[in-house]
Amino acid sequence: MGDFSSGHMIYLLNGLMWTVLLSMLAMLLGGIAGFAVMLARISQRRWLRRISLGYVQIVQGTPLLIQMFLMYFGLGVAGIEVPALVAAALAMMIYSSAYLGEIWRGSVLSIDNTQFEAAETLALTRWQSLVDVILPQALRIATPPTVGFTVQLVKNTSLASVVGFLELTRSAQVINNSLFEPFLVFGIAAVLYFAVCYPLSLWSRILERKLNAGRRQA
Amino acid sequence: MPAAVKLENVVKRFGALEVLKGISFDIEAGQVVALIGASGSGKSTALRCINRLEQIQSGTIEVCGHRVEDPALDPRSLRQDVGMVFQSYNLFPHMTVGENVMLALKRVKRMDRSAARKVAERVLRQVGLAEKIDNYPEQLSGGQQQRVAIARSLAMAPKVMLFDEVTSALDPKLTGEVLRVMEDLAKAGMTMVVVTHEMAFARRAADKVIFMHQGHVHEVGDASILTTPETPELREFLDHDL
Repeated sequence: MGDFSSGHMIYLLNGLMWTVLLSMLAMLLGGIAGFAVMLARISQRRWLRRISLGYVQIVQGTPLLIQMFLMYFGLGVAGIEVPALVAAALAMMIYSSAYLGEIWRGSVLSIDNTQFEAAETLALTRWQSLVDVILPQALRIATPPTVGFTVQLVKNTSLASVVGFLELTRSAQVINNSLFEPFLVFGIAAVLYFAVCYPLSLWSRILERKLNAGRRQA
Repeated sequence: MPAAVKLENVVKRFGALEVLKGISFDIEAGQVVALIGASGSGKSTALRCINRLEQIQSGTIEVCGHRVEDPALDPRSLRQDVGMVFQSYNLFPHMTVGENVMLALKRVKRMDRSAARKVAERVLRQVGLAEKIDNYPEQLSGGQQQRVAIARSLAMAPKVMLFDEVTSALDPKLTGEVLRVMEDLAKAGMTMVVVTHEMAFARRAADKVIFMHQGHVHEVGDASILTTPETPELREFLDHDL
């Protein structure tokens, strides 16, 4: 126990920093790609809806761990050497784009179709109707589940340890390999994950309560 | 003078269900036409076909020179000439009354904010709600919301306005204030197609009454057919109505 030094702690905090960075990258890239998935899923073109549905089903129907392997080793086999961070970020972008796309599609579809009709009756384009009328209303509905998904995402970055990315879980493994204090080392790692995730889930719950309160008033 | 709205042999099906079984009628500029009939008679569907919220299967619809049934027609050019007001108001709840009215002026007519605001003030005054311009829809009564919806449509200076059971969700007092706004519009010469259950309004304001029955235009005439109907179906409909 006495062997755990401040140097180890700094090593773990360094891992935490990479975990947070990977989460943010996954959320940012996944958010952009997820928006495109959402647009494709509600498109008026049937082939686009079909392709995007297939994409979502494949991504949601396979483990993130396998997606990580495929991205890291698959790109390597294809002759494209990428750093572990890039491979992990790309895999998590694909993973989150499917889930965010579905969350946001549900939020958009929960807005009454008559809002679309009213906008299009005023000669707005479909895009203008979406941006000015539908999305601002859907945003309120989409925020709590989106924040909730972010919590899942932060925890799932631990899977990036398998491709050798030195995030929090991998850092804890490295320290434990020399100290053999699994309960202590992984306990601290758990506390650090919790310190990031708990405020997020708290925020998500507050947002949800606000949304429900708003609905009751209306 | 060419008709403002002209339907010829219009057929509309939803899957196997034929809702419009080849209907024809025409409306001259400046006319107020009441479309009446029982639920399911096809009157709302007919209205929605006029601004292509529904695509028709066969027949022709001509509105202010637009060939509505032509797949090549850009619906936005049609909808700049045709306004529509819905039963459920369909105001945008996240925008103020003024923003609701100004949205299409800015996006479609490319007006700047101050020009759009002037138009909004004018049309809101027209429906008696100038002082509500900065309120949100949820702060207004149903009747006021519906008047805002009329103003929003009016702001685009349409040549024809469609009204789809716009008072059906309102109590008699609020119905009265909405109908007064519509009668003012009628007097000002607006071409109006009104799907309604308000027979008193139809008697007062309609130049032409079209009675629809089971997907057909069953009887057409001036408002007098509401007091002396020719067909037994219209007589029965009117008896049930009051």
